[in-house]
Amino acid sequence: MKLDARIPAGPLEKKWSSHKSNIRLVSPANKRNIDIVVIGTGLAGSSAAASLAEMGYRVKAFCFQDSPRRAHSIAAQGGINAAKNYQNDGDSTYRLFYDTIKGGDYRSREANVYRLAEVSANIIDQCVAQGVPFARDYGGLLDNRSFGGVQVSRTFYAKGQTGQQLLLGAYSALNRQIGKGNVKMYNRHEMMDIVVEDGKARGIIARNLATGEIERHGAHAVLLASGGYGNVFFLSTNAMGSNGSAAWKAHRRGALMANPCFTQIHPTCIPQSGEYQSKLTLMSESLRNDGRIWVPKNKKDAEAIRAGQMKPTDIKEEDRDYYLERRYPSFGNLVPRDVASRAAKERCDEGYGVNATGQAVYLDFSSAIERYGKTEANQMGLENPSREKIIELGEKVVEAKYGNLFEMYQKIKDVNPYKSPMMIYPAVHYTMGGIWVDYNLMTNIPGLYALGEANFSDHGANRLGASALMQGLADGYFVAPYTVGDYLADEIRTGDIDINSDAFVQTEKDVVERIDKLINNKGTKTVDHYHRALGKIMWDKCGMARNAEGLKEAIVEIQALREEFWKEVNVPGRKDMYNPELDKAGRVADFLELGELMCLDALTREESCGGHFREEHQTEEGEAMRDDKNFAFASCWKYTGEPSKAELIKEELTFENVELKTRSYK
Amino acid sequence: MNLTLKIWRQNGPDDKGHMETYPVSDVNPEMSFLEMIDVLNEKLIAEGKEPVAFDHDCREGICGMCSMFINGEAHGPGKRITTCQLHMRSFNDGETVIIEPWRAAAFPVIKDLVVDRGAFDRIQQAGGYVSVNTSGNTIDANAIPVPKRDADRAFDAATCIGCGACVASCKNSSAMLFVSAKVSQFALLPQGKVEAKDRVRKMVKQMDLEGFGNCTNTGACEAECPVGISLENIARMNREYMGASLSSPD
Repeated sequence: MKLDARIPAGPLEKKWSSHKSNIRLVSPANKRNIDIVVIGTGLAGSSAAASLAEMGYRVKAFCFQDSPRRAHSIAAQGGINAAKNYQNDGDSTYRLFYDTIKGGDYRSREANVYRLAEVSANIIDQCVAQGVPFARDYGGLLDNRSFGGVQVSRTFYAKGQTGQQLLLGAYSALNRQIGKGNVKMYNRHEMMDIVVEDGKARGIIARNLATGEIERHGAHAVLLASGGYGNVFFLSTNAMGSNGSAAWKAHRRGALMANPCFTQIHPTCIPQSGEYQSKLTLMSESLRNDGRIWVPKNKKDAEAIRAGQMKPTDIKEEDRDYYLERRYPSFGNLVPRDVASRAAKERCDEGYGVNATGQAVYLDFSSAIERYGKTEANQMGLENPSREKIIELGEKVVEAKYGNLFEMYQKIKDVNPYKSPMMIYPAVHYTMGGIWVDYNLMTNIPGLYALGEANFSDHGANRLGASALMQGLADGYFVAPYTVGDYLADEIRTGDIDINSDAFVQTEKDVVERIDKLINNKGTKTVDHYHRALGKIMWDKCGMARNAEGLKEAIVEIQALREEFWKEVNVPGRKDMYNPELDKAGRVADFLELGELMCLDALTREESCGGHFREEHQTEEGEAMRDDKNFAFASCWKYTGEPSKAELIKEELTFENVELKTRSYK
Repeated sequence: MNLTLKIWRQNGPDDKGHMETYPVSDVNPEMSFLEMIDVLNEKLIAEGKEPVAFDHDCREGICGMCSMFINGEAHGPGKRITTCQLHMRSFNDGETVIIEPWRAAAFPVIKDLVVDRGAFDRIQQAGGYVSVNTSGNTIDANAIPVPKRDADRAFDAATCIGCGACVASCKNSSAMLFVSAKVSQFALLPQGKVEAKDRVRKMVKQMDLEGFGNCTNTGACEAECPVGISLENIARMNREYMGASLSSPD
């Protein structure tokens, strides 16, 4: 099988504009006769559904939540990048492109990333026109802040709720089209499978989660905007319902999965507190601007803290190890996410972790509080202010910057982070890997597209902060609405899709058989039992650090677990009514296959890059060693019946506009 | 700690429903409320019983999906908190905890603690948007300056998570706080001014059609709102609506 990414010819900065001018169009009269199905209503899905409906297509949108507004894009905190250069700090489309390629450790596709940077400025214009209330300065103009891995201020934000505001903007555009009847919205619906007929995507089989009804929906194009698969690890910062099933179903029907092992582990999350833990909560990257990360220098102190005999504030300054500042003096606490996460793991593995579990480090704001307090006191002209006064003033400054995050931490941990350092630990946050797509965002199945986190193309092996929102909206508002026309131009003579065709009948039969198998199994263990067991294998052996031996073991363990799942899982209730355990069982069954493929992918990638760290490939100082000579490609996997027997197809990545360099933050 | 839970069980929209009692033991105070229900559900499944159905997703207080009425309060004890952020340390050993769904005619029960909040979506579809196409060919973002005060107040209104606690808390099951938050967000911004009159008329009309009650300024909605949406928004919506009613339709 030969892969063609169909990247337009010509210079990098002209590719998108000339491609847009040259791809085929569908006339307004014909658009009215073409059906498009969109799976997922996060930033990518909502924006795509709204845009396509505005253009005149007949759109059906699906989400498993009770409203499109609940998609997990809503939880993104920090911001959205755009090369507006409002701050006049030398930002440009090229710089945003370069930072993203470098941040991704040179494992993404140049042309796609450049297009992302190019349309980024339009996203901000669009959102403001829709009434998204971004943060503004006193002149009434838009404000910016900085994020990790870059040297400019290009991040637009709405306090710590940027994702919420952007999603509600896209939701409002979607609502406008639903109100007009141009989009038919299916809440509480899950895509159960893709229908492929004569090699083309022709629709989906869906299940109404409220009633259990199975439905057939024909379409001339199907867009997957179903998000990432971080929940394969059981514990992650994803929502409880976030799942990889739509992507996995597409994979089983022939779509290639690319770089599935590229997972982002975010360094600053609230650590696990017990076995019952259901999810992990992120603390925004922006906190690392002012927070200093440390563990005790002496093992004895760490042990005393774990035993509850000592408090962090008891440990003297000289007995603290600010390990990021020590190891990476030039970037300090603001090293990229993958580097910060590995460093925390290294300290905890060595026995310096805090928290009862030993799996946590401190994020301390006391220096910042003191520094800001002194500045405030100076500005107020206070002479010899007391220490209490300085702390009081400093806490106010910190509150203005991060108040809502501190409040969130206190709600969860019942500890006041102004007075005692936060405890944090890395957690699974985002998946850079996903369904393989060409330049048009079309998968290798004609008519099937993948947008946003569901595809693989833009973030390489590590995503930079504030770039996920940018990609979701870029794909949905500005890329897919144009590129689907190129394919649909050939579909204007097809007419309505026949949902009584053999392909629909057979696919529905497959779906029903699987549901019956799950519900009639009546085994002895809960779905969560298997999800937790899978998560532990993945975290221990395919998490922040991986090695060949562990990955081989993981593949065998996952196979055994999957076999046991199908024998022993117990799904209560009925299939013909609301039954969240049944929904969950289907998703976990898919994770049990996807996890195995992730391990295979990690095993074959004999290098360390971005979020993928192979212990065999590191420098003496423990830094990642990339191998551009042998691994400058995207690993695209074709399903053959067994996840770990998937066939590897390589898409060579060519870099014509950037020079491949080793990332160094020392 | 040990607790006695009294939970509303209703097997589908047509079932009459009843309260059922479940003792739970060894509850860790560090657990979130929903994790406590997870543990109960695992136990029920192991005993061959049906788990309690409830809505939840992000479990970090932003998606607005969780919706439990606990001990007579939307999202349980504590101010500015969603059920998913509520932790068991807010309860005492030996306590009886009563858990019900949102109760409102406009929010029919689907199962147990799960209700249908589609009415909220339909109100938004009636006019909760600015009519601008998503072409990207709009004017530059900074060509529309917005005074910081207005932008901040619009943001505060826009933080509504659409959970429905306001409706559940209101003795009239009024949706005024929810609707007014969206009306206010756009009324405060220049982008939203063009369609302001039309918007408020359409959204209020849809709100009434859905069967929500009227507002009698009790303020329970504001007190229970997990994100602190202010009653000021209701006042603003009334003003907008009055203005729109007195002017001729477009």
